[in-house]
Amino acid sequence: MAVAEGAEPISLQEQEESQRSNPWFDAWRLFRRNKASMVALGVILLIVFIAVTAKLWTNIGLIDARGGAVARHTVNPLNVAPQDSYPDPGLAARDDQGRNPYWCGWLTDEALVSVQDKYCSLPEPDAEKKQWVWLLGADSNGKDWLTQTIYGAQVSLAVGVVGATMSLVVGLIYGMISGFYGGRIDNAMMRFVDFMYGFPTLVFIILMQVYFTEVAREYQDQGRGGIVGFILDLNKDMGGLLFLFIALGVLNWIGMARHARGLVLSYRSKEFVEAARAVGASNRRIIFIHLLPNIIGPLIVLETLAIPGYIFTEAFLSFIGLGVQPGTPSWGAMISEVRQRGGFFSNRHILLVPSIALVITTLSFNFLGDGLRDAFDPRMRGT
Amino acid sequence: MNQPMSDTQADQVTGTTPATDRKILVEVKGLKKYFPIKSGILFQREVAAVKAVDNVSFHIYEGETLGLVGESGCGKSTTGRTILQLYEATAGSIKFQGQEITNLKGAQLRKMRREMQMIFQDPYASLNPRMSVGRIVAEPLVVHNIGTKQEREDRVAELLELVGLNPYFVRRYPHEFSGGQRQRIGLARALALNPEFIVADEPISALDVSIQAQVVNLMQKLQETLGLTYLFIAHDLSMVRHLCDRVAVMYLGKIVEIAESEELYTNPLHPYTQALLSAVPVPDPVVEEKRQRIILKGDVPSPINPPTGCNFNTRCPVSVDMCYQEDPGLIEVQPEHWVACHRVD
Repeated sequence: MAVAEGAEPISLQEQEESQRSNPWFDAWRLFRRNKASMVALGVILLIVFIAVTAKLWTNIGLIDARGGAVARHTVNPLNVAPQDSYPDPGLAARDDQGRNPYWCGWLTDEALVSVQDKYCSLPEPDAEKKQWVWLLGADSNGKDWLTQTIYGAQVSLAVGVVGATMSLVVGLIYGMISGFYGGRIDNAMMRFVDFMYGFPTLVFIILMQVYFTEVAREYQDQGRGGIVGFILDLNKDMGGLLFLFIALGVLNWIGMARHARGLVLSYRSKEFVEAARAVGASNRRIIFIHLLPNIIGPLIVLETLAIPGYIFTEAFLSFIGLGVQPGTPSWGAMISEVRQRGGFFSNRHILLVPSIALVITTLSFNFLGDGLRDAFDPRMRGT
Repeated sequence: MNQPMSDTQADQVTGTTPATDRKILVEVKGLKKYFPIKSGILFQREVAAVKAVDNVSFHIYEGETLGLVGESGCGKSTTGRTILQLYEATAGSIKFQGQEITNLKGAQLRKMRREMQMIFQDPYASLNPRMSVGRIVAEPLVVHNIGTKQEREDRVAELLELVGLNPYFVRRYPHEFSGGQRQRIGLARALALNPEFIVADEPISALDVSIQAQVVNLMQKLQETLGLTYLFIAHDLSMVRHLCDRVAVMYLGKIVEIAESEELYTNPLHPYTQALLSAVPVPDPVVEEKRQRIILKGDVPSPINPPTGCNFNTRCPVSVDMCYQEDPGLIEVQPEHWVACHRVD
């Protein structure tokens, strides 16, 4: 807690006391005691850091280039000059039994040379780079799997964070209006939510994605512009994420709206709200000073726990080809490589690397949410 | 703050208003508060109403404490909250310092709220857990835009001292305090705007007995120093006797008896009051031995569908035919002693 302006200097002990008593600080203290959650928080921060600085990792030579982000064969993990008969370095790296012995190791000089000898002509061998190529193996197109995974984290985190934020903001506003004003407004708003609840979420999202794809194709054929054209272009630039956000956002605020309404209802009838009314506080003051700070904690917990769901939905959609646009690195799309080209047994890294990334990320968010819930649960503080 | 009452004295002849020299601060006439029960999926319509307060009239003199007693659900709290305009009255009039307040809106209502405040039953629910004590006590000042920041801080410190709390507590949060301390914080908040009138809605029911006395004594002290008027809602009869000048007994949304405290306790006239008082233990073994409890039969009828005639007729040990046909109004049987019962002569 910041020391108020112009306040007389207070002793260290008092400062400590004032810190100790702040409910947000209390929550942080409780959270800090939860080891699993602290580790999860660290892991998430690390993932975020790596994802945000993805370009950095690929530029310093650790990983060669953006792993197959744009199109096939534009990635060149071996620094190989493309030839007409450009071979498949992923296949090239396989041994006689068709296995890729290098999927979790570095390509040795020897192996590199054998690849080079067989299929391509490398420029002047770069001793440093040779050792770093294909740190986690490559797919059959030669896309570096680590680079792909790092860029895939961008997609997963974006979907998780944007999905959660949209759901929180829309659901909170909707639920608060409904719960606070009550009566007929509440009734109408909640019947609409009930109606929306009847939709099978996943089917709805899939149908929306199909619809968007159709619209995009039609527009492309006719070469039309305008707002729709602009949105389509924007979506393309975002690698298909925009439509994914929209499809996710149409339905995911509903549960949040119900929770927010329930919390508003329970706090609205509390005596401290009545005391504020008796004093003459405005509705705005009651909403923002009295209700919001009390209900925001549990809702953030709920949203944190919902993030893995968004990430999984994106991965699933990308896996079946309805998520991000082809070429955009996404963990779901990476896993679908196994479906398209095989390698379940021979190239286990194809499946394992993105799956492990997915599991670590979603587990971390789950642990984070658990820790937050314990920290925000008022029963834990005996209040 | 003390405005002259002369123009209001004239029309105080009706209802329960006696002709005395004492100034009346709050006057309630024919107050009704019905809560509608709605039904229907999309288009709700009113199917019934809970008659929480049904035609209640009383008045509160300036500087006195009026006790309001009755069992749970009889409409005590609703009465208090309706007087404070926390609920909109269904019918009837409430006059504060002679001014009708049931039709006030917006800025006028806000101005009126400075004069009347409330303290609550549950000290754990009545303070926002996310606000520091300083902010809680300063809230009325902030809402009414009174004073600079520094002046507000000074006022908060003064208020905390007034209710017997250390002013250094301003940075602390409600969960760090005991029930009694929290009730004092609530009292400080209620006093922030210098109100004339305070509705105390069972302010001690949730506290330990040892703490109850502290809070009640504090309330008495504040009444003496600040000239406050209390409406003290309670179900602890001995505490009411100790604290209140006059007592009103409620049953099923109606006032059945009002009298001066000593008069009511020594000479209860309504059979419900008699039954209530017979349940109070006497701290004298000899007298206690002889105490005869009047056990009422049955339960309180539903306030949705109260009995016709006298409300109390389903449980009354002395009811006669007339009680089932006619609703007895409050009658002044002795000076300042009003009873609503056909059997009282």
